[in-house]
Amino acid sequence: MPAPAQHRLIFKHIDEAGYSNDLACYVRNGGYEILRKAVTRKPEELIDEVKKSGLRGRGGAGFPCGVKWSLVDRKSGKPIYLVVNADESEPGTFKDRYIMHQDPHQLIEGIMISCFANNVKVAYIYIRGEFPAGARILEQAIAEARAANYVGPSILGTAYGCEIYVHRGAGAYICGEETGLIESLEGKRPYPRIKPPYFPAVLGLYQCPTIVNNVETLCHVKHIADMGGEAYAKIGTPGNTGTRILCVSGHVQRPGYYEFEVGKCTLGQLLHEVCGGPLPGRTFKAVIPGGSSAKILRFGERFKGKRKVGAEMADYDWGVEDIPMDFDSLAMIGSMGGSGGVIVMDDSVSMVEALGNINAFYSHESCGQCTPCREGSLWMKKITARMVHGAARPEDGQLLKSVADQIAGRTICAFGEACAWPTQSFIAKFGDEFKGYAEAKKAPRAVDAPELV
Amino acid sequence: MELKPETLRAIDEVVTHYPVKRSAALPLLHLVQADQGYISAGAVEWIAARLDLEPINIYELVTFYPMFRQQPIGRRHIKVCRTLSCAIMGGYRTCAEFQKQFGTGLGEVSPGGEVTVEFVECLASCGTAPVVMIDDELHQKVDVARAQALSAQIRAEAGAH
Repeated sequence: MPAPAQHRLIFKHIDEAGYSNDLACYVRNGGYEILRKAVTRKPEELIDEVKKSGLRGRGGAGFPCGVKWSLVDRKSGKPIYLVVNADESEPGTFKDRYIMHQDPHQLIEGIMISCFANNVKVAYIYIRGEFPAGARILEQAIAEARAANYVGPSILGTAYGCEIYVHRGAGAYICGEETGLIESLEGKRPYPRIKPPYFPAVLGLYQCPTIVNNVETLCHVKHIADMGGEAYAKIGTPGNTGTRILCVSGHVQRPGYYEFEVGKCTLGQLLHEVCGGPLPGRTFKAVIPGGSSAKILRFGERFKGKRKVGAEMADYDWGVEDIPMDFDSLAMIGSMGGSGGVIVMDDSVSMVEALGNINAFYSHESCGQCTPCREGSLWMKKITARMVHGAARPEDGQLLKSVADQIAGRTICAFGEACAWPTQSFIAKFGDEFKGYAEAKKAPRAVDAPELV
Repeated sequence: MELKPETLRAIDEVVTHYPVKRSAALPLLHLVQADQGYISAGAVEWIAARLDLEPINIYELVTFYPMFRQQPIGRRHIKVCRTLSCAIMGGYRTCAEFQKQFGTGLGEVSPGGEVTVEFVECLASCGTAPVVMIDDELHQKVDVARAQALSAQIRAEAGAH
């Protein structure tokens, strides 16, 4: 079956010839008209639209945005903050970069509608330190929007006011974890907070109720306010509404970003058709479907079980190519949609070395607060590095697994799972390659085999 | 520590963005590093005093966040992405080429002080791998040939001054 056409809602103007990131261009294209209408409505109505839309967070967890908003403590008397998670740090993910660099006002309009709906007076955009140009573009865009009364003390002549500030991170992956991000925004090391009691909706920034939403999620809010929650929910598939930007990197002919209705495109359609298939003379070996912490899939494996189709339960028997790219299907087959980062590896890649690369990342990025994660990620890195650069043993795969199995579920934040899942899934899917690595290493290395560790 | 007048103005402005001064710690570290090239012991004390904090509150940030450094680096900062998507597209070869071009090791200042080459983790441009940042600018699809061209450009720009 041919792949569906892209549905460009968020990326409508990305890479469009003549489209620039200034206010004039945005307004020429109908910009801020949705905010103008939104501020004449009751805030509760807007929250209702988001609930009805079924919008799920696009940062990684896929948590329903409307539910997140409804958990906010509105009775404490304390100010409510909105923090935009623009840390985009999950390896394989590069969608928010393009929104912020090429269409910053779309984000600002989404932020302002969300702030108005939630009675937020100050919003912070926490942007990763590696986007210095993006930070300057956003600051410039906010200044333009402020001068035109889309941001600031009196929005479009109403009594409602809200400021937005840009806050730059400094190269730490853990700042993408919402409570780590909040600590960082408070000027501290980004050690994630324990939940309970520190649910951001109740005890977030400065111990005030706080909403933390991803960049793409807030852009979706703009379109939901425009078309209404019910109309938005008709896009995509039930439980997985709207559109989703899939970022494809690695060994395909056409890597890049593609926006589809959620669940309407399968992984096979995405990789073979949209991305043009494997590089010449190569075959697909493995794919990580939702950012580097998502469990890896091996081409050739099958996934079987029962799933809900409408009101009925139906059997499914899928290969990797058959998996619909939505939150629930990817969770059902034991991985996740995560942040939408699809990393493709062909037969030139050694899975031991690929895991060594991933383990080096997580070991570098563990904040060190919880012992199982700090020590476990370090030892997983040391073992895979030794396998690659020193002596590999047939039992190393099981040793790696035993370390990984002792991390997940024993840490304050989800980094524990994030660093354990790659090792667990690589060993489960490619165990033989780990067992035979010592022998495989004796063969001469292919000239074009990439060095990874 | 002598900061430029525009840095001091930016510091005064950014402190007003937060109801709690401590939140300005990262912004001040960025501004001071941009002004001075690195974060000295004196800078740690200066920032702490500016925000009514203890020096340890700033020092613990400098030692945690990868982007802050305690020593000067080369005139140009070459940061090559090391993470998976870039590595499978040849990022290690790109990094080795930059080191070869400037006769330097990872994280060192090259002889003559022209560059510091570093491996960094994911730069969030995986679809155009391998990627490299030179100072604040992103360069995409940097294979060995492109690394050679960028190195030549850096040398030419240095010669022009």
